[in-house]
Amino acid sequence: MTFRIGPRTSQIIFYVILLTMTAIVVIVLFFIIFYVLRNGVDQLTLEFLSDKTREMGKEGGILPSILGTLFITVVATVIATPLGVGSAVYLVEYTRAGPIRRIISFGADCLAGVPSIIFGLFGFIFFVISMNLGWSILSGGLTLAVMILPTIIRTSEEAIKSVPHTYREISYSLGGGKLDTILRVVIPTALPGILTGVILGIGRAVGETAAVIFTAGSSLGLPTSIFSSTRTLAVHFYILAREGISMPKAYGTAAVLIIIILAINFIAYRLMHRFIARYY
Amino acid sequence: MSKISIKRLSLYYDSCQALKDISLDVESGEILAVIGPANSGKSSLLRALNRLYEIDRASIEGDIRLDNESIFRLPINVLRRRIGIIFATPVVLPGSIRKNISYGPRLHRKLSKSDVDELVERALKSANLWDEVKERLAESASFLSGGQQQRLCIARTLAMRPEVIMMDEPCSGLDPISTAKIEATMLELKKEYTFILVTNNTKQAARVSDRTAFFYLGELIEIGSTQRLFTSPVDRRTDDYIRGKFG
Repeated sequence: MTFRIGPRTSQIIFYVILLTMTAIVVIVLFFIIFYVLRNGVDQLTLEFLSDKTREMGKEGGILPSILGTLFITVVATVIATPLGVGSAVYLVEYTRAGPIRRIISFGADCLAGVPSIIFGLFGFIFFVISMNLGWSILSGGLTLAVMILPTIIRTSEEAIKSVPHTYREISYSLGGGKLDTILRVVIPTALPGILTGVILGIGRAVGETAAVIFTAGSSLGLPTSIFSSTRTLAVHFYILAREGISMPKAYGTAAVLIIIILAINFIAYRLMHRFIARYY
Repeated sequence: MSKISIKRLSLYYDSCQALKDISLDVESGEILAVIGPANSGKSSLLRALNRLYEIDRASIEGDIRLDNESIFRLPINVLRRRIGIIFATPVVLPGSIRKNISYGPRLHRKLSKSDVDELVERALKSANLWDEVKERLAESASFLSGGQQQRLCIARTLAMRPEVIMMDEPCSGLDPISTAKIEATMLELKKEYTFILVTNNTKQAARVSDRTAFFYLGELIEIGSTQRLFTSPVDRRTDDYIRGKFG
C-alpha cells in the first residue's frame, strides 16, 4: 500500500510551513528589539537624554548625538524628497516608456544597492574635501540625501505609475492641463506611496553609520550650525562599543535609536492612515 | 446654424484609421444618438470633438466647428469646458463629493467657499443626485453606488456649464433603475444642453434621442430622425444592426 498525501493534508502542511516562516521572522525581529531595549533600559533617564556627553561617552548623556542625528536627517530629507519626487514625476509623466526610462530606473536600483560606505567615501571626497564643506551636518546630510534618493525615486515612481490612467483622462476632459493634472490629481493620489518611500529613506538615514562617519565626523560638541561637525547616534554607538568605552551607554544609545525609528514609523503610518481615510 | 459641424473628418491611430471621412452636423438642443457595433469609431468621434485624441497620440484630418469656429483654434481648456464628456465607466477622483464637482470649475477660475456651495448644489440637483447625497458632501465619493457615481460624473461635467455634453455609453454598467434615472436626467437637461449619446443599446437610442447616426467600421452609414431611422432605415446594414442581426 502506498502512502499518499490527500489535498486537505497538503493544504495543512503548506499552511504550517508558511506560518512557521512568518513566526521565525517576527520572533527574530522582536527578539532584537527586546534584547537591545532590555540592555539599554537602565540608561534611559531624562538626564541621559538631555545631558552633554562627557569623557568621550563614558559619562553624561547623548543630547549632542540626538541633535546631530535629527539635523542630519532633516537636511537629508529636505534635500532628497523634492529631488526624488520631482525626478519620479518627470520620469513617469514626461518621458515615454522606453530604453531611457529603463536605464534611469535600472541605475536608481543599482544605486540603492551600493554599500553605504561607498557613499561615505564619495561624500568625503566630494562634499568634505572638494566642496570644502568640512566634516559637518551639511556634508553628512548631503551624503545621506544622495544615498536615500534612489529609494525615494523608485517608490515614488511606482506610486505615480499606479495612479489609474483614467484619472488623468478625467482631469484633461474637464479642461485641466498637464500641470493641473499632476499637482491636483496624480500627486495627491500617489501620496501614500510617495510617503512610504520617504519614510523608508528617513529610516535608512537615521540609522546610517558608515556614510556619516566620513562626512559629519564624530565631534561630541553640541551642534551650533549646519557647518558644525557632529556625531550621530549610530556613530556614537559604534564608537562606544568598538572602543570599549562603555557598553551600558552603548546599549542606552542603541535603545534610543530604536525607539526613534519605531516612533517615526508609527507616526508616519498614523498620518498615512488618516490621509487614506480622508481621501479614499 | 449647427452647434457642431464636422467636415470630412478622418482619425488615425498610427496606421489604423478609426474614422473615415465623416461629415455630420449636430443641432443645438438635440440629443443625437450614435450607434454601431464595436470598432465602428463611435468613441473616436467623441474623442475627436474635444481633442482628447491628442493624449492618445492619434492624428486627424478635416475640420470640426463649434458655433462656426474651428475647435483647433480654441484654447484646449476652453474647448473642453464647452464640450464635456462622460465616460462609460464612472471614474470618481479621490476625495469628497464636493471636491469632485468643484475640480473642473476650480481649474478655470478662483472660487470662494459660497461659490462652491452654490455650484455643487446646482450641479447635483441637475444631475438628480442632490437628495441622495446632500448630507454627505464632504465624504469620499468612492462610497457611492455605480449609478450614483455616474450621476456624480454627470454633475461634475454640468458644473463646468458646458454647451455640449457627450456621453460614451453612460449606462453600460448600470442596472435598469439607474439607467432610467440617467435617461430622465438627460431629457430634463435637453432644454439647456446639446447631447451626443454614444450607446450600444439601440432601445436607449430610440427612447431618448431626436436623431440617430449609425456608424460601421469608421464610416457614417446613415443619419436621420430617430423615428425614421428605426422604422424605415435606408441602408441594409442599418436595418440588420437595429434588428440585432449583426455579428
